[in-house]
This record gives sequence, structure tokens and C-alpha cells, in this order.
Amino acid sequence: MVTARRSNLLAVLLSLLILVAVLLVIDLAASAYIQRVVMGLGISIILVVSLNLLNGFTGVFSLGQVGFMAIGAYAAAILTLPISLKSVNLPELPAWLGEVQAPFLLATLAGAILATVIAFLVGLSLMRLTGPYVAVATLGFLVIVQVILVNWDRMTRGARTFSGVPPYTTLWWVWGWAVLTTYVVWRLVRSAYGRRMMAVRDNEIAAQALGVSVMRSRLLAFCVSAFFAAIAGSLWAHFFTSFSPKAFYFAETFSIITMLVIGGMGSISGSIVGVVFVTLLSEILRNAERGINLGFLTIPPVYGASQIIMSVIFVLVIIFRPKGLLGGRELDLGRLLPGRNRRAAAESRAVGGDERPS
Amino acid sequence: MNTIQYLIQQTINAVSVGSLYALMAIGLAMVFGILRLINFAHGDLIMVGSYAALLSLGLGAPFWTAVLIGIAASTLVGLAMERVAYRPIRGAPEVAMLLTSFAVTIFLENVAILIFSPTPRAFPTPPILSGALEFGGLRISAVDVLAILVAAVVLVLLTFFIRRSEAGVGMRAASQDLLAARLMGININRVIVMAFAIGSALAGVVGILWSIRVGKIDPLMGFYPVLKAFVASVIGGLGSLPGAVLGGYVLGFLEILLQGLLPSSLTPYRDAFVFIILIVLLLFRPNGILGSTEKEKI
Repeated sequence: MVTARRSNLLAVLLSLLILVAVLLVIDLAASAYIQRVVMGLGISIILVVSLNLLNGFTGVFSLGQVGFMAIGAYAAAILTLPISLKSVNLPELPAWLGEVQAPFLLATLAGAILATVIAFLVGLSLMRLTGPYVAVATLGFLVIVQVILVNWDRMTRGARTFSGVPPYTTLWWVWGWAVLTTYVVWRLVRSAYGRRMMAVRDNEIAAQALGVSVMRSRLLAFCVSAFFAAIAGSLWAHFFTSFSPKAFYFAETFSIITMLVIGGMGSISGSIVGVVFVTLLSEILRNAERGINLGFLTIPPVYGASQIIMSVIFVLVIIFRPKGLLGGRELDLGRLLPGRNRRAAAESRAVGGDERPS
Repeated sequence: MNTIQYLIQQTINAVSVGSLYALMAIGLAMVFGILRLINFAHGDLIMVGSYAALLSLGLGAPFWTAVLIGIAASTLVGLAMERVAYRPIRGAPEVAMLLTSFAVTIFLENVAILIFSPTPRAFPTPPILSGALEFGGLRISAVDVLAILVAAVVLVLLTFFIRRSEAGVGMRAASQDLLAARLMGININRVIVMAFAIGSALAGVVGILWSIRVGKIDPLMGFYPVLKAFVASVIGGLGSLPGAVLGGYVLGFLEILLQGLLPSSLTPYRDAFVFIILIVLLLFRPNGILGSTEKEKI
């Protein structure tokens, strides 16, 4: 047991090291296009892994994640926007906001805390619902956020493009937050809080009978996922630097839900696999959309085909692998290490030997 | 215009919009009642019907032929989505079915964008419907009259169908208990196909009325109508047909009321209020304003 845990830790450290090395190579040598894809990948990991805490582990199927992402994006962008630009782009901003220009980390955290507070208040009512009702009510929340963003001209420039956000987001910010998100969700799931969440998911009534507060577990998951969604939103805002409310609506929601479902709900590594799979596939498809020249055959450009293919894959996954590509299990990193399998096998043999009466 | 005239005018507006919501909500409620599926893609059937009608108008078909072609197209696509996407996952968790319907939405919308491009197209108002009834200082557009009449006729026919015909009885039985209905020898597949066919045809009807009202169509036009229809069916109690109709009209009135009562600085937020009402209803009257408040028994 101890050796297994130690080899797991070793595997995690090793994979972190590999991640850092890969990022370093990408940062120094890769093309701007690849860097952008890898940053997008990290932002999606933050969104999907944190959403998994709520949808996968707690069993509350929220469609409102992108609403919190929007709150984080707008809140942080308002804070980091250079003061000179504020007077031009957002002349009606309240004075206390118009005169500040917060550093990136502080603005990101402020957006995330705002989202968490809103999640707490909204969650007090939304988290009472179950099944498809919660999905629809959170979709309602998404619509409400959208309506507010489009109409609150003073703060958000309304439906017009919010531009001039400083491009603070780097590969390292994105992946630092992605690793932190994954770590927090992973630890949370393995803590007593996480066990309660899963108990609530698996059988609400039985969990209640054992003294688990359904509301408290759901609310915790809702707030944590909102927090990280807002972080992702801030990173996204300072990555694209100009955006409009439309960016945080149905298309983005469907995109992260696709990643979550394809990877498998209730598996953190599954989420990451889902993000990587969907991102790579849609990049390939998006490039293919521009037309392919196979030498003997030229496929004409078909814009929008990637979305169509993605939705077909999504339905196929739900029909044939309803638990996602990883089937709701975790990838066992330790197993990838040489020697671990032999040791584990030896251990189980030893345990088996003890049980046998001699 | 005096106050009473204003009130009557607004009431007619509410009934007209409410009729469209009600017709949409019936389709959602029928399918939900039997399959527990919230068919989000129902909204895209509006879009399919409108484009099919516009296309046939463009090819020189007379207006009423184009209307029939539009309704037929909605029905065919509705049946196709049942066969291809929903039948294989019948009995899956409700959330999985809801997600599948999202995927169907994305599929249909992007196919439409691919074929018709995302730019909105003008939808012509036929000469018969371009006029308006005017009496006593009131002005009611012909489309509103048509919407109200169509909804009334459909509701009467549908009530007879559901109450009296064998298929209607089968449908009601299936929505009470799918398994028991099957054990009683009801052909479940036929009932489900019929529910989809009726709902989709109604979506086609709504699509054309909606397009004439708005004057233009685009591939994403089904998004708000289906959300509204969903709110309507929640107001009336998910899965209940009379509830869906009632909910549609209540929502129509509610929207007009909000428009009239909210201070002008808040009217752009009208939709936000509609969804706040949805959330409040889900919390306190999840079975609708007519339904029981009884909790699920353990």
C-alpha cells in the first residue's frame, strides 16, 4: 500500500516534470499557433476538471459553468483594463472602478471570488433541484447572465466588443492554474467532502440517512467549480484580449460539456483526456475545413463541418460509451512506471499468502 | 387610444404570442411525458420548417403549398431525430437524453449554417396576411388572428384525438407508465413516433407563423422559442398537455405584463425576469401551477 502510494507520488512528480519540460520546449521553440492551442487546452482543462467536480462527482448536472466563466472574464478584464482605455471604452464606469488598474493575479482572484459569492447565493436555491431540472435551471442562469452582460452597458459595453484587455495570459499562468485546479479537485474528491459528494450523487436519500447534508455538499461543489470557471474566464479574457458576451454562451457550453462527457464524468484524468481529444480533433477538423489537397483529390472547404462531426461523435459516445472514453475510471499513472506492476503483483501475492491457512 | 383599448390590444398580443408558445410547448410536453426527454432540438424544427417553406417559395411554389412543405419538412426531421438519436438511448438517464438533444441542436444548426449561411434571410409576408383588422381603434394584424385561430383549432382537434381516439388513449397510457402500457399491448414505438410527428408538425406550423411575425429567419432562430416553450411547459407542469397550453398563454401574458410594468430602464432585462420566474417555479411548484405539491414518495 505504502509503496503503491509512493510510486503514485513518484509518477505524479515525474509527469509534472515532463509537463514542465514539454511546456518549456513549447514556450521556446513551438510556433505561435501551437502555443495558442496549448494555452486553449489548459484553459479548457480548468473549466472541465472543475465542472466535473459538480457534474461528475456530485451528480448535479449544471449547464451554467460558462456563466461563471463570463463573470470571471468580465470582472477581471474591467479590473486590468488600462486606466487610459477605461475612460474611452467604459466612460460610465463607477469612479472607484475607473481609477484602478489591478495586477493580473489580483484581478483574476477578484473575479473568481465574485463568481464564488454569486454561486453561493444562486446555489442556495438552484442546488435544491435535481436531475434534468437543475440542468434547465442552470441553463436559465446562463441566459440571465447573458441578458445582463448584453444590457449592462456601463460595465460591459453591452453587446459591443470589449477590447483592449492587456494580453497577460501566458503558457505558465494557464498551466499553473490548470495544475492547481486538477490538484484541488483531486484532493477534494479524495477527502471526506468528496466522499459526501459521491454519496449524494449515488443515493441522495441514503446519504441523508447517514447524516450527509445534501445541500452543503452540492453547494461546496457548485462554489468550487464556479471559482475555477471564473479563473478560466479571466485567463481566457487576457488571452483573447477582445470579446463580446456571445463568446460565453451556448456554443462554449456545448464545447465544454462535450469534453466532459467524451472524457467520462466522474474521472479527473478522463476530463483531461476529453479536453485533449476534443481540442486536437477540432483543431484538425478546423484545418481540414479550409479544404484538403490530397494531390489527386481536392476536398473543397466546408466551414462548420467540425461542429457537425463533433456533435455526431458526441451522440455516438453517449450511445456506445455512456461513461465516456475512460468509463468513469482514473488513469493509473503509477502503472506506467516500470517495476510498479511487478511490485504490486508481488504484494498481492504476499497478501494472498497470508490469508491462506497454512 | 384610451386605457381600455390599450388593455385589449395588449391582451390580444399576449394571446397571440401565447398561442405560439402553447403550440411549441405541446410538442415538448408530449415527448417529455412519454420519454422523460427534454427535447431541446425541438426549437430547430421551427428553423427547419421555415427554411423549407422559404426554399419552396423561392422555387415558385404558391404560399399555402410552401406552408405544407415546411410542415412536412419539420415532421420528417423530427421523426428522423427520434429514429437516429433518441431511440438508441431510450431509457438512459434523463440528463444523457437532454445532452443528446443538445448535440442534435448543434448538428442541425451547423448543417443549416453550412447550407444557408449564418446571415438572416427575409421571410415574405403573403398578401393575405399582410393586412390588419381594424375596429374601434384597435389594430390586430392578420398574422396574430391566424395564430390565435390556428392554435384554437389545433387545441380542439388535439383534445378530441387524445381523449377519444385509440392512439390518443395509447399515448396517455404511455405517459402514465411506459412499461405498464407496453404490457397492456400498446405499441410503444408507434406511440412515440406519433408523439414526435404531432409535436414536429406543430413546430413547423409555429415556425411559419413565427417567421411571418418576425419577418426574417436564421439558422439559430429556434433557440429562444424553445427556451420559452420550455418555461411554458414548466409553468403548466412538465409533461402535462393541458398544462403546456395553459403555460403558453400564461407566459404570453407574463411577458406582456413585464413589458408594461417594468420601468423602461429594466425592460431589456425582460428575458432575465422570465427565467427567474422559471427558477422560482422549479423550486416551489416543480409540478406546475396546476400540479400537486406532493413530494416524490420514497
